Amino acid sequence: MTSQTVGQAGLPTLDVSGTSTIPFSRLVRVELRKMADTRAGRWLLISIAAVTALVLVIQLWVVVAQDLVVSFTDFMIAMNTPMGVLLPVLGIMSITSEWSQRTAMVSFSLEPSRMRLVAAKFVSTLLIALAAVVVGLVLAVVANLLYGALTGNSVVWGLTALRLFSYFLLHVFGMATGFAFGMLFLNTAVGIVVYFVYSFVLPGLFQLGASLLGWFADLQPWIDFNAAQNPLVQGDASGSDWAHLAVSGLLWLVLPLIVGTWRVLRAEVK
Amino acid sequence: MIKVEGLTKTYGAFTAVDDVDFVCQPGTVTGFLGPNGAGKTTTMRIMVGLTPATRGQVTIGGLHYKDIPNPGRHVGVLLDASAQHAGRTGREVLTLGARTMGLPDSRVDEMLALVSLDEKESRRRVRNYSLGMRQRLGIAHALLGDPSVLILDEPANGLDPAGIRWMRGLLKGYAERGGTVLLSSHLLHEVEIIADEMILIGRGRIVAQGDKKSLIAGAGTAATFATALDNEGLAAGLKDKGFAVSAAGEGLRVETETVEVGRVAAERGIVLTDLRPADGGLEDLFLSLTADTQREAVTEGAQA
Repeated sequence: MTSQTVGQAGLPTLDVSGTSTIPFSRLVRVELRKMADTRAGRWLLISIAAVTALVLVIQLWVVVAQDLVVSFTDFMIAMNTPMGVLLPVLGIMSITSEWSQRTAMVSFSLEPSRMRLVAAKFVSTLLIALAAVVVGLVLAVVANLLYGALTGNSVVWGLTALRLFSYFLLHVFGMATGFAFGMLFLNTAVGIVVYFVYSFVLPGLFQLGASLLGWFADLQPWIDFNAAQNPLVQGDASGSDWAHLAVSGLLWLVLPLIVGTWRVLRAEVK
Repeated sequence: MIKVEGLTKTYGAFTAVDDVDFVCQPGTVTGFLGPNGAGKTTTMRIMVGLTPATRGQVTIGGLHYKDIPNPGRHVGVLLDASAQHAGRTGREVLTLGARTMGLPDSRVDEMLALVSLDEKESRRRVRNYSLGMRQRLGIAHALLGDPSVLILDEPANGLDPAGIRWMRGLLKGYAERGGTVLLSSHLLHEVEIIADEMILIGRGRIVAQGDKKSLIAGAGTAATFATALDNEGLAAGLKDKGFAVSAAGEGLRVETETVEVGRVAAERGIVLTDLRPADGGLEDLFLSLTADTQREAVTEGAQA
């Protein structure tokens, strides 16, 4: 039991001189553990790896069966679909599982600084996303080597630093956007639905608007974050592409992150 | 140790907590008693910073909760035993707490033993726990960091009578070692057997506080249950002195203190076989003080 000293008012005061604040690294480790210690969390992580592997197997099979000529980057692009769907879900759930299960009450009473806790969650989710991308790359390397062995075609890598960087950035954006949406809605189902509307329905609407309205066609590259990420997929982003990414990212990533954080900091935890 | 000063919380036009002041001293168990929706939970949530206060403040050992470093080491909190991830095992819930506070994992085993959750139970998922088991887990979680202050919201809820007795022993022992305990309940009998001090709250306002004796004395509603070999003779003697007497079970209920009943019995040479204060005193007080805050009107005696 912690020692107590009597203050002027007659009530004892807490002696907190012997306790330091919880180190940030410890918060991150606990958050990492939380993502894998439930069935839902564990299976989400396993399925990211499993679905990615499955996609590569299918692609390999088609390529070998039809005797197509592909390179490493084709395998990388094929991984975008499973990663692009599951990493945002990981981001959403890292926040919303605390809310739907009401564990936020416990988490915030052990670390009253919500800002530190949100930051620890973001860092831990980021670490898992990076690990998933690395696992994906390793799988793609294996697929490309198998392709060479099975077809006898020459193995082409063609991996540039920019392509690799773009690839990581793409999936960090996906995870972070999911994280922001999770904080905005604090509800798993709503977060996921809104995210999928944003990533699958909205781009079509933007396309339609751009083809019908001249002025919108000029505006669209600056506000369509999905479209702005296409150069990252291709790994060939240039000057104006980066500008489009920065501006549309401000709208769809930075702004939701700020509003979402504000909401989490203020929300009454029930 | 816990000091609540002028605490007020409003939601729009609704005042959940209305200018509440009280103090919890080390070495005592303070019971926070009131009907559902009286503002107990809101007050406790403000204490640990989950809900912002509209006015007033709470300090624990002179500090605001958010200014306590690694607060789990100083203040044990159980606000809702069901607020745990249903998919985690009991052991995992405690492990997360211990890791956050920087405690060795051996502390988890100690706490599981303390609240009598065995190895097998600790490896079950919380979704398969009864409410009583969740309460035990919640109490274990609150005690993990060996805190000097405990804040427990409805900890006895869902515990069986043996569990309530166990918790009474645990909290009494904790207070005797110098700890400060604040626990809430909407059930009088739970609090009255555990708490040294009681705070009665209704509709967001404190309606009475003190120890059990002073609360009953303050209410001025002393009543006695008495059984004698000659009940009729005793009743007649008591009526002569002007005390209201009614039949209650095998004996009598007398609207006065035990000493007056004993005196009449002695004067008349009547043998008493049972003499005790009516337990209803505190309950009547509790109901009358919070009557206008109850959902069900207290209609006893009002229907005539």
